[in-house]
Amino acid sequence: MGLSGIEIFKKLPKTNCGKCGVPTCLAFAMKLATGQAELDACPDISENVKEEIGLASAPPVRTVVIGIGERATKIGGETVLFRHEKRFENPPAFTLLLSDNMDDLEISSRLSGFNNAVYERVSVVMKPELVAIRGDSADPLRFNTLVEKICNETDAGLILMNEDVEALSQAVRKCSGRKPLIYAATMENYEILGSLALELSCPLAVKGDGLEELADVCDKLIGMGLKDLVLDSGARNALEDQIIIRRCALMKKTKAFGFPTIVFPCLMTGNLMKETIIACQMIAKYGGIIVLSEIEGYSIFPLLLARMNIFTDPQRPMTVEEKIYEIGAVNENSPVLITGNFSLTYFIVSGEVEASHVPAYLLIKDTEGLSVLTAWAAGKFGADTIALFVKKSGIEEKIKHRRLVIPGYLAAISGELEEELPDWEILIGPREASHLPAYLKQLSA
Amino acid sequence: MRIDIPRVAYTGTIKEITLGRNKNKITIGGESCYPFHLFEGTMPNPPKIAMEVYDSAPEDWPDSAMEPFADVVDDPVAWARKCIDVYGAEMIALQMASTDPNGKNIPADKAAAIAKKVSDEIEVPLIIWGCENVDKDTEVLRSICEICEGRDLIIGPVVEGNYRAIGATAIAYNHTVIASTPIDINLAKQLNILLGNLNVPDDKIIIDPSIGPIGYGLEYTYSVMERIRVAALTQEDERLQYPIILNLAKEVWKIKEVNVSETEAPLYGHKKSRGVLFEALTAQCMLMAGANILIMRHPEAIGLVKESIKDLMNS
Repeated sequence: MGLSGIEIFKKLPKTNCGKCGVPTCLAFAMKLATGQAELDACPDISENVKEEIGLASAPPVRTVVIGIGERATKIGGETVLFRHEKRFENPPAFTLLLSDNMDDLEISSRLSGFNNAVYERVSVVMKPELVAIRGDSADPLRFNTLVEKICNETDAGLILMNEDVEALSQAVRKCSGRKPLIYAATMENYEILGSLALELSCPLAVKGDGLEELADVCDKLIGMGLKDLVLDSGARNALEDQIIIRRCALMKKTKAFGFPTIVFPCLMTGNLMKETIIACQMIAKYGGIIVLSEIEGYSIFPLLLARMNIFTDPQRPMTVEEKIYEIGAVNENSPVLITGNFSLTYFIVSGEVEASHVPAYLLIKDTEGLSVLTAWAAGKFGADTIALFVKKSGIEEKIKHRRLVIPGYLAAISGELEEELPDWEILIGPREASHLPAYLKQLSA
Repeated sequence: MRIDIPRVAYTGTIKEITLGRNKNKITIGGESCYPFHLFEGTMPNPPKIAMEVYDSAPEDWPDSAMEPFADVVDDPVAWARKCIDVYGAEMIALQMASTDPNGKNIPADKAAAIAKKVSDEIEVPLIIWGCENVDKDTEVLRSICEICEGRDLIIGPVVEGNYRAIGATAIAYNHTVIASTPIDINLAKQLNILLGNLNVPDDKIIIDPSIGPIGYGLEYTYSVMERIRVAALTQEDERLQYPIILNLAKEVWKIKEVNVSETEAPLYGHKKSRGVLFEALTAQCMLMAGANILIMRHPEAIGLVKESIKDLMNS
């Protein structure tokens, strides 16, 4: 990426006015360099310098937005080849493909599959983002009617696809307020579609027959002043092209490839199971938009989870809410267990409790996403803080007994905890979650 | 415009390891590039799938996973034969689950007899996976090493707490060891160094980085594997230049989202297809990060992943 903190500092006003919220210009520059501050926070910087720094610090893969309002979907913005180097920024947009050759019934059934596929996990809502409408019928009216219908039936971001430039332009003009992605500029039509995308400020997909032609068309469009492009190398076995495009953008600063990509697993196979596997490859290796033929619960749900995993920030652990979780048909005699709020800890412990078929209360204490031992070492899971949480959690009103199971790794604090919670008996659970079913069965026997 | 592909300067290769015996030897590893980056290196040996077999009938599997094996789950030999004869398994992984002290706790000699019987009846390379209890595994795996002398087994998990005992026995009887560490590149390297100091030969070590399935920590395994491969292939880190194995099926098929019925959770969709895809997608992610051997369960998931490997090798 772009400039170092010192290089940015040289371009700042050096007034140390503090209006940006940071006491000195140098400190502000350092924050800019690491992406922790926005340039706009400085009121005294000139437009020229702003552009200069903005360009230099822009990610090598441009962030492109499709759709508007709550359904605006960001793709691209990537800065690394491997997630462990920093993090992946914007998850690939899962997209449902509809064709104007489909009858109304098929359209509605596929669209309802798309609309229903909304899942919540660790307070994050996961769903497919975009709908692509492809003109296959050679009938411009049919295509336009379908675009209109879909606009009325979903707020999702749209991709409009048609080889008939006239029909495509018509449809784009009708819904340009929704900022659809126009698909696709080619060597033959880039002037018309490039002008259209500029005029309506819509993002534009570019399709080339192979990487070289793709780069050529992109360069022409960049020359025309277009900024928001999405790349399709035309390859229908996409891995190699995805890697080359990302590498060129990051390692060579190839301008033509500094954009997110679009890939079509739906065109690489006629089998939804296999399509899902290909989509999964594209999550790992650099797909920007992943177009699918169908959205079925059994296929999209694991894909969404895989995407969430790969796009989790490695530097920030995922957490779950601090509260009492009821697992199974609990009653006033059900056992009470406590652990930390690192999401993985929660998922594994709750999964094992569930597998035990012993209904139980699971107290999740906020440990700032740290695992049990780390949290304890950091003073966030000591006897005092656990006691405080147990008292205010409200668990005492839900149960008749006063027995608390703590993680085996915290055995050392049980004495202290008994002092802090004099009414309670502290039980030491297993060290490993996988031993919970056996432990709980014995406990409740 | 001519595209000048930015290439990675690879300085190392993954060690090639040959498993099994006689005519059914399988070679893994040997790659000189990141997974499937075939435009700049080679993968002489495509990743392999080992099918799991349990030492006694599993009790907690969903019907969809049980169905293909329902007629053989009581007999590990018949089970292994079915995997090979019907589903074309190239390797078998015998999971010694019933040795677990928290479960059936069968004694080491009984466990060894089961392993011996399976190893006598099949030709393909055989992985023996313990119950993941440090002390019990030491006892069980050592007995199996002895009784199966000359069978060239792959045995694990060998961990920090038992690598000396199991490692020494494995050397004595010429078996390959699976060096298992809890999702941490430094611990993985450390255990490989310790095994090397013990004189376990370089072509007898496979890394198990530990697996989190999708939705359950996959990203940790994924990044540890990518970091292992970056270090092995570009930073001349010799103690990480080993093939990687993942025992993934048993972690995938126990998660809640795989086991809940479609009636209870309509949005999760068809239960069997869901389970198959949870397993196949977990495997696919591991392939992208550098897996050499995947221990898998459902024949349909295995079919999908095999086809994917073939496609990726030919692209």
